Amino acid sequence: MLRVAEGIGRSVVRGAEEVGFAGALFVESLLWAVFGPARRQPVRLPAVVTQMMQIGVGALPIATVLAATIGLMLAIQSLYSLSLFGAESFATVGIALAVVREFAPLIVAILIAGRSGSALAARFSTMMINQEVDALKVMGISPVRFLVAPSLIAMMIMVPALTMWAMLVALTAGGLFVTASLQLSMAAYFADVIAILSVNDLMHGLGKSVLFAALVALVSAVNGALADGGAEGVGQRTTRAVVQSIAAIIMVDMIFAFIVTSG
Amino acid sequence: MAVAAQAAPPPTTESADAPVIRVEGLQAHYGATQVLHDVDLTVAPGEIMVIMGGSGSGKSTLLRHLVGLTRPTEGGIELLGLDITRAGAMEMLGLRRRIGVAFQGGALFSSMSVLENIMLPLREHTRLDRKTMEIMARLKLEVVNLAGADALMPAQLSGGMLKRAAVARAIVMDPKLLFFDEPSAGLDPVVSSALDDLILKLREAMNMSIVVVTHELESAFKIADRITVLDQGRILMVDDVAGIRRSDNARIQNLLNRRSDDSEVDARAYLQRLTGEAS
Repeated sequence: MLRVAEGIGRSVVRGAEEVGFAGALFVESLLWAVFGPARRQPVRLPAVVTQMMQIGVGALPIATVLAATIGLMLAIQSLYSLSLFGAESFATVGIALAVVREFAPLIVAILIAGRSGSALAARFSTMMINQEVDALKVMGISPVRFLVAPSLIAMMIMVPALTMWAMLVALTAGGLFVTASLQLSMAAYFADVIAILSVNDLMHGLGKSVLFAALVALVSAVNGALADGGAEGVGQRTTRAVVQSIAAIIMVDMIFAFIVTSG
Repeated sequence: MAVAAQAAPPPTTESADAPVIRVEGLQAHYGATQVLHDVDLTVAPGEIMVIMGGSGSGKSTLLRHLVGLTRPTEGGIELLGLDITRAGAMEMLGLRRRIGVAFQGGALFSSMSVLENIMLPLREHTRLDRKTMEIMARLKLEVVNLAGADALMPAQLSGGMLKRAAVARAIVMDPKLLFFDEPSAGLDPVVSSALDDLILKLREAMNMSIVVVTHELESAFKIADRITVLDQGRILMVDDVAGIRRSDNARIQNLLNRRSDDSEVDARAYLQRLTGEAS
């Protein structure tokens, strides 16, 4: 019993340390981004662009497929459940709000956690184990400025951009099914969508996506920085980063929704 | 960690014949285990100091402390006149531009070509234009006999080439002090000997002080001005090659003659280890 309590206590302390470390990485990355250029130690733009290409442009095809599937799935389910009450005409409301406020940010964040978060964690872990991070330190180059900040900035730009794209694709795909089922025109469907959605709905979705982007980048960086034990260590840290990122995304999503809607 | 500014050379107490490294009473711990005990060490300008010892003797830990990657529990470390245990971020940045480190596995960035790896310190710490940086990097590649390898990626290099490229990166800022971590590890005798020659050539050509951590006896005897022998985190002896060879210390003789220095077996302790029972 004592051992169980000790184990729980240690896990809590370790978890708190990792959260603190992630916070420190976030603040230090922002400081480098803001004050680095004035001190002739900027966060290099080519590194940010390279990361943006890998995180955003590289994920475009799969994000498109997933968003279209989610849009279609929502349309099918909405029409089925609303048909039980003879309220199919309200399907557009459900699809528009669900896609923009919830599904587009969530599906893109989970995709990015699996695709780019794992790649970042594996890269950082390998660099730790191969002493590349030590090499940066002894050369007087901050690993946070050189490695973490470009990934964080790229993530915080590209995840909202991908989310906007996913919103558009999901709404279009859902619209194709709804218009075919209800004998509507796409113009009428999109007029409904625009009438239903407010700027607040859009900001709700995009605000969450920025938060999710920072979470994925920081969880990956923390796991990479704590890697040890060779190839097995890289694998364990990569898996841990993806699992923690997805868990954090879902929990933060719930907390965000609760705070914003109860205000 | 604070955002560090582009540093001017740090204020130091350096003079021409002052030691480039001065370590006093260094103690280090990993958790509750003490790994370095009261280590004192000095390295003179232009000297090649080899730090030797068996596995687990603390030589890699000592190197990590010397290059400022780990903070000591207690004691002082002065590099080029700067006390690195008390130095601020700006002073450390200035110091780091005057030292070079060649890591055991090379630690080249796998996503960059050899030339980009070598240019990295120049790119980060100078305002030179790209063409000048390329010329300087290629000059260093010539020094380490790797001319023509500039476009290769680290994954395309052999073990010996990887170490040479790492040396080229370590010397690109013309450091006063150069550290090598196990330069001969994993290399065949011919390549290893060529790397020893390179270390001697660097000292001659660039007038730098060099610290080499190794467990290769042949290499140590070939390049060292003085050798520090570490054992279980303590310095056993510091002397020149002849002095080390003459030593009658049993542990040093075991190291030189590649003999295991297991002391007589404590039967009770052995049994307790096997059964997992605490004493």
